[in-house]
Amino acid sequence: MPEAKVEMSVRDGGPTVRIIDIRGEVTAFAEPVLAEAFTRASAGDTRVVVLNFAGMEYMNSGGIGVLVTTLIRANRNNQQMRACGLSEHYRQILTLTRLDEAIHVFDDEAGAVAG
Amino acid sequence: MSEPKDRENWAKPVDRLEVKSVPEGAKGQTVHGRRLTGPLQGFGQMWQKTYRVRIDGKNPEEVIAVWKTSYGRFWPKTNRFYAPIAGIKPGEIGLITGKSGPTKLSTGVMVLYADDRSFTYITPEGHPFAGWITFSAHDEDDHTVAQVSALIRANDPIYEAGFMVYGNRAEDRMWLHTLRELARHLGSKQEPTFERVKVDRKREWKNFKNIRRNAMLTGMFRRKSKGGGAG
Repeated sequence: MPEAKVEMSVRDGGPTVRIIDIRGEVTAFAEPVLAEAFTRASAGDTRVVVLNFAGMEYMNSGGIGVLVTTLIRANRNNQQMRACGLSEHYRQILTLTRLDEAIHVFDDEAGAVAG
Repeated sequence: MSEPKDRENWAKPVDRLEVKSVPEGAKGQTVHGRRLTGPLQGFGQMWQKTYRVRIDGKNPEEVIAVWKTSYGRFWPKTNRFYAPIAGIKPGEIGLITGKSGPTKLSTGVMVLYADDRSFTYITPEGHPFAGWITFSAHDEDDHTVAQVSALIRANDPIYEAGFMVYGNRAEDRMWLHTLRELARHLGSKQEPTFERVKVDRKREWKNFKNIRRNAMLTGMFRRKSKGGGAG
């Protein structure tokens, strides 16, 4: 199986908000990396998980699928998923795939944290 | 910000699908004017299904090139895929005729994404499934793996009932057949394998109304209104 060319780190964005910083390529092979990051981000009293795409270099359709399965996990936990740092191109992809109907997209991190 | 390297691989945003030409034998009414549906817009339980076959002696790009140009020939004879005239390129629409259980069905797909190692279809409203299906190839050890990966849920309650009774297994048979035929065409005698994961057990009752666009029902009513009867 090809190796995922992506790194993800988790940090606090507020008392109940965690931010996942995504750097590199989001493809189907990124699934275990995002799953692990999400497990850390969603632990405890987290109510909101923000995906920060500012460091994302590339995303294919497999990557969009990974976002869906992560969103389902968030829904199961009654947590909200938000996104920031998306270029116009990737915003259009979220619109095209209608993921933006479930993932709240913000212009910047401050907006995503504040909701 | 630099130009994303995948810009040309994705379809352009589209509000409603426009079927510009309909090949003889195909029908575009259940696709034209419809919106796209991702897995979040469907009704039934969400499944992630992965079908794989080993292929020797071809690299991933060679596998995908053959798959794109001969996509429909690997399907079972009961279904027919009318490939877009321009080929499998982002934004192009392919039409499908086949059967959903005992009933005739006409629907289609749009090419959501395509590159040298993969291509993805997304379904329109009325299709049995809401979601997307990716056809890809990658290196694994000393060989290539061709893969079909679907992230889907039944579009409405009727399709969900059918999916539970026969659709789930019928879909497995279809993609296993496709991969077997692809492998044989490329000179490989390997047998395909598959795995199913239920990603979401919940049914999305807010999408119950998708039934209004059900391509199987609208096709049946259209045939009846023309006096052609069911079937």
